[in-house]
Amino acid sequence: MKRFRRHGQESQRDRLKQELFQFNKTVEHGFPHQPSALGYSPSLQLLAIGTRSGAIKLYGAPGVEFMGLHDENAAVTQVHFLPCQVELVTLLDDNSLHMWTLRAHKGLSELLEIGRFTLTGPPGAPPSVTRVTAVLAHSSGELLLLGTEGGHVFVVEVPGFRELEERNISLDQVASSVPDDYIGRRNLEHVEALQENPVNPNQVVIGYGRGLMVIWDLERQCAVQHIPATQQLESVWWTEDGGYILSSHSDGSYCQWMVSGEDEDEEKSDIPYGHFPCKAISKIVQLPTEEGPPFLLFSGGMPRASYGDRHCITVIHSKTHVALDFTSRIIDFFTIRDGPQHTGDPSALVVLVEEELVVIDLQTEGWPVIQTPYLVPLHSSAITCSHHVSAIPLKLWERVIAAGELQNTHYSKKPWPITGGQNLAPDPPQRDLLLTGHEDGTVRFWDASGVCLYPMYKLSTAGVFHTDADPNDNMNQGTEGEWPPFRKVGCFDPYSDDPRLGVQKIHLCKYSGYLTIAGTAGQILVLELNDEAAEQTVEAKVVDLLQGQEGFRWKGHTRLDVREEPVLFPPGFQPFALVQCQPPAVVTALTLHSEWKLVAFGTSHGFGLYDYQQKNNVLIKCTLNPTDQLAMEGPLSRVKSIKKSLRQSFRRIRRSRVSLRKHHVHNAAKLQEANARLEAELAEMELAPVQRKIEARSSDDSFTGLVRTIYFADTFLSDSSHSTPSLWAGTNGGCVFAYMLRLPPVEHRAEEPVTAQPAKEIQLMHRAPVVGIVVLDGHGAPLPEPLEVAHDLARSPDMQGSHHLLVISEEQFKVFTLPKVSAKMKLKLTAVDGSRVRRVGVAWFGSNRSEDYGESGLVVLTNQGDVHVVSLPTVKMQVHYPCVRREDVSGIASCVFTKHGQGFYLISPSEFERFSLSTRCVVEPRCLVEVPLHPGSSNKHRPQPDGASSAHRYVPSVRVMEHALLNDESEYLRDEEL
Amino acid sequence: MNKNHRVPSNRSLSAVEVKSKFGAEFRRFSLDRSKPGRFDEFYGLLQHVHRIPNVELLVGYADVHGDLLPINNDDNYHKAISTASPLLRLFLQRKEEADYTFGTNSLTRKKNTVLSAVLLRPDPNRKKPPVIISLPRDFRPVSSIIDVDILPETHRRVRLYKHGQEKPLGFYIRDGSSVRVTPQGLEKVPGIFISRMVPGGLAESTGLLAVNDEVLEVNGIEVAGKSLDQVTDMMIANSHNLIITVKPANQRNNVVRSGGGGGGAASGSSGRSSDSGASYYGYSSHGGVGAPASMPSHIIQNFPVGELESDEDDEDLVIEAGGEAEPIRRASSNYSMPSLLRYEPHLNLRVAATSTSTSTLSINANGTLPASGSSGSLSNAISTTPSLDRAIERRSLEEDGTVITL
Repeated sequence: MKRFRRHGQESQRDRLKQELFQFNKTVEHGFPHQPSALGYSPSLQLLAIGTRSGAIKLYGAPGVEFMGLHDENAAVTQVHFLPCQVELVTLLDDNSLHMWTLRAHKGLSELLEIGRFTLTGPPGAPPSVTRVTAVLAHSSGELLLLGTEGGHVFVVEVPGFRELEERNISLDQVASSVPDDYIGRRNLEHVEALQENPVNPNQVVIGYGRGLMVIWDLERQCAVQHIPATQQLESVWWTEDGGYILSSHSDGSYCQWMVSGEDEDEEKSDIPYGHFPCKAISKIVQLPTEEGPPFLLFSGGMPRASYGDRHCITVIHSKTHVALDFTSRIIDFFTIRDGPQHTGDPSALVVLVEEELVVIDLQTEGWPVIQTPYLVPLHSSAITCSHHVSAIPLKLWERVIAAGELQNTHYSKKPWPITGGQNLAPDPPQRDLLLTGHEDGTVRFWDASGVCLYPMYKLSTAGVFHTDADPNDNMNQGTEGEWPPFRKVGCFDPYSDDPRLGVQKIHLCKYSGYLTIAGTAGQILVLELNDEAAEQTVEAKVVDLLQGQEGFRWKGHTRLDVREEPVLFPPGFQPFALVQCQPPAVVTALTLHSEWKLVAFGTSHGFGLYDYQQKNNVLIKCTLNPTDQLAMEGPLSRVKSIKKSLRQSFRRIRRSRVSLRKHHVHNAAKLQEANARLEAELAEMELAPVQRKIEARSSDDSFTGLVRTIYFADTFLSDSSHSTPSLWAGTNGGCVFAYMLRLPPVEHRAEEPVTAQPAKEIQLMHRAPVVGIVVLDGHGAPLPEPLEVAHDLARSPDMQGSHHLLVISEEQFKVFTLPKVSAKMKLKLTAVDGSRVRRVGVAWFGSNRSEDYGESGLVVLTNQGDVHVVSLPTVKMQVHYPCVRREDVSGIASCVFTKHGQGFYLISPSEFERFSLSTRCVVEPRCLVEVPLHPGSSNKHRPQPDGASSAHRYVPSVRVMEHALLNDESEYLRDEEL
Repeated sequence: MNKNHRVPSNRSLSAVEVKSKFGAEFRRFSLDRSKPGRFDEFYGLLQHVHRIPNVELLVGYADVHGDLLPINNDDNYHKAISTASPLLRLFLQRKEEADYTFGTNSLTRKKNTVLSAVLLRPDPNRKKPPVIISLPRDFRPVSSIIDVDILPETHRRVRLYKHGQEKPLGFYIRDGSSVRVTPQGLEKVPGIFISRMVPGGLAESTGLLAVNDEVLEVNGIEVAGKSLDQVTDMMIANSHNLIITVKPANQRNNVVRSGGGGGGAASGSSGRSSDSGASYYGYSSHGGVGAPASMPSHIIQNFPVGELESDEDDEDLVIEAGGEAEPIRRASSNYSMPSLLRYEPHLNLRVAATSTSTSTLSINANGTLPASGSSGSLSNAISTTPSLDRAIERRSLEEDGTVITL
């Protein structure tokens, strides 16, 4: 690389780069993958979730969120906030305890790990002696009681983690006083539960695995009362008045014990779903109400044989008894209570299940679900594609919100009950939409303007087609008089009825409200936004992309059956036109031009142009190489049956797992062992040599005809004096096709046909797949979107100077002149560093120094997981940062870029990571959590879950968008300027 | 100069008798055996005596064994002069219409076979297939060893020319580990190795690459720290003109440089960065001058360095479809395959052209194409390819030529 540097210019450019570009991973949207622990601080009104990968996430009011990651790659098994403080303790799978705090720094809080601790036993003691199984954060805020597998309770001073050996409660001390007639006295087993007396902080109850509970006086260091339960203990709850202790057991029973100070043998046991053997009740909570009977909530306890695979929480209040049936395994739950001290009636039940967070309004009739403003499961059906639209006009925004609100009538009207912290982030500068396409044929619209990825509207395309939906699936829904009284809650439903419905490509025109959606079975729907419900037939048009190419046989799925009768579509986006490709291969490229009323699409066989005003095909072009047999094979036709069998085996696993549940030490050890074995196997696999063939690409390679990108441009295709509408398509084999389009004048648009004629064909010599095509105007700026100029939102492109064509292949960026196509400049990527372009977008970067300077650039994500910014129109590498792990193929494939230099990619099936390359456009959480004022006496309130009075709290509204809605459109005029 | 006189053979100690044949014409002259001059002077002389100043010629001579051998540089010209006894028979041809090949037995082949058939005597020459000597322009580079002067002797930089070649590149690479010399001693580091050769592939046929050779660089970029997939992609991206630097597993066939042996041998097994310096130093000290520019130039390089920089992949193909609008359906069906066939003649043309100056070859695909030879398409082609331009020029000259040689 010989390059003559002119020093002054170089450094000036470097400074400019610093003003334009910076890389930040800002926030994670969605639901944490594999949550493993839940904690809640009533005083802070903050919720904490720990995950299997060692992450800890805190959430309060919408926009208030913090994230921390343990250095150890171990699962978080427990999270406990220290009462009335901003500290929290996490227990990991590797038996280490970690102290975290929310420290205010420059007016913002940040989550910091401030200490770590591992219990050390006496020399020679087995590790089980110090293996922590139960944690109690004492209401004094100074003590941590740690129950272990060995049956001991260690007392540790916090936040410094100083062991107070003299206060430890050893198993021997307890065992000596156990009544002789207690059958389990020889082996009390591990400490299963630790609870503090709500009215007397000196008393704690220690529950042992074998069933025995001991009320211990911390002051006097002696047992006050023994509760001789005989069933394996699962959890313990001390009622608020301190008068009773509830215990739940592995046989599905719970017992209520009076706290009298004397040992009693009377066991008042109840098996709520009794007679036949039941599964364990893993957690039980009883909460009083001001008037009337208390709330009793417990998880599990279902009859083993008939409903052993359900994930249920039972809520009993007075005559109402509901078994809430969740979509996945229950991790933990807690309740939120009314009142300034959070000691009033329970207002909401918050349940963390493996795939979502469900909040139930306990004060509204029917206990409806409250819609969560964050932690929404993105993967309620697997995400198959995403599409980002920046700077949505207010009008469209409001209409989408209105359509969405009509869908959400079953949600509770109550505001979001978790309101901790203050969101100090500035209002988002514009309204951004993220559209996610899903496997079940739905498209979800998310408000991606701010820190909270808020669900706005859900669109289903399945209604257009006849699907072989399993009618039995809906039969399970609660029949009258069913026992237990199930009620399904939650929205996680990963099972798609028909994989052909999967959404593969989305394109939304934000100005006209036209939307096009393409799917797995070659279907392309054109939809328009309608505020009224409408009953209409969707006109289907079959497009034969083979165009007489012979000798092929499609072995994949058939195309979807269209409903011929009119279908009632709810308000929102309603389909009015449908194109079905033949062969029905997955649609690989899609674009819509709302001004010309055209939709262009491509598959592995060719591409087509559809006029959605006249509802007919304008152009069909087969790109198939006659020798390419593989393209005809289609996806495996077994896909569907595999899915079904997967579904069954998942259910089997789930069934068998439920009995194995819990954090028991043996299991953890076994898991570690299995992990080690797996690692060894993986290492061995890596030793086997992997070979790669070095061969030049040829036109005979498979899938060379696959259309990777399709693009509309008004440019100089044939002569340099008249610009014409044009269509561009790029294939996997490095070929670019250009067609000149002839549109009838507007007044005859409905009658006269649109025509397309071939104009150019470019075969790139390096034959790498073409992943992007952009036409640059006379100033070197990318052409604006259709209607953008008409809406005065972009400066009209320079049509005087000569236009340039930028072809982005996986390996190179190449600029050609127009109308005569000759190479002008290029940037090689693969030949230089071996990385290939995976995702590409055009973005505008504003300078953080001067308000009016900015430039357009290409944002590129490579197969190595690096993001690059490439300047336009000079195609020079500007900056590059590592972004995604290179092994994370699905993360790289899921990446979408915004028009302002941000991006999203999936870090798990349920979470988007948001990143920013721009100095000006950064959306990140900025929030403050203040230390609650500590009341003098701690006797007055429930010490453990319910804390002290909270500080003065600013409660922001659920809608972060309010301000943005009022913002002036014209402020964003500069977006497309260069 | 026009010395067409016959000279007795026994007097020809100092002069060489030359009989030159071009078409049906003969010219005779003599040359001084002790001062033959240079080839280009000789070539000029031939053009002069035959009065064909602008015709490009192929010069061949019949050697003592009756083989037709080429004269196209100083070396074989001098050889021809020195072996002429006493007559030097020359055969001249227009370059573009050469119809006979150089090689052993090329002139006497027919006679020999007749003779041997008559005499029924086993001819030792018959067993050996005749050696054919092709002209440089008939060669296509397949591979070369380059940069011998700047690389340590333990390394080899091989250039594979895939371009315009039907043979597959044909090799596989794998991960492996190699040993490097570092200040801390020997260190095991990951490396990329050639794992397999495809029989009959380009890589195998060159003989310059072998299984277990360690790949150090691809087109000048070090592969250290890059994954197997990255290196694969780099090689494929450069496949039209692939330059790979290897450390051959078999170090016995290395290029041995005079005087540099000591340094090179010592660094035989060490790492690249350390030993390139060592051997380089050893070499230049023997040469007596430190500056790399003054190194002796026994470089094994078949092609000028400038060609390395050439970007052959720039030659993307653009097909312009202009003219009348056709019905779209028909256009789309008859556009894809026939058009591919149509531009084939141009492809051939471009391969033959030695210096295509335009980086993008534009071919007008409206109407008829050069294959049909219509004037319209010809003029199109002229504007794009200078070599074709020259060819046409030649054709017109040839016509003149026939007039001259009457």
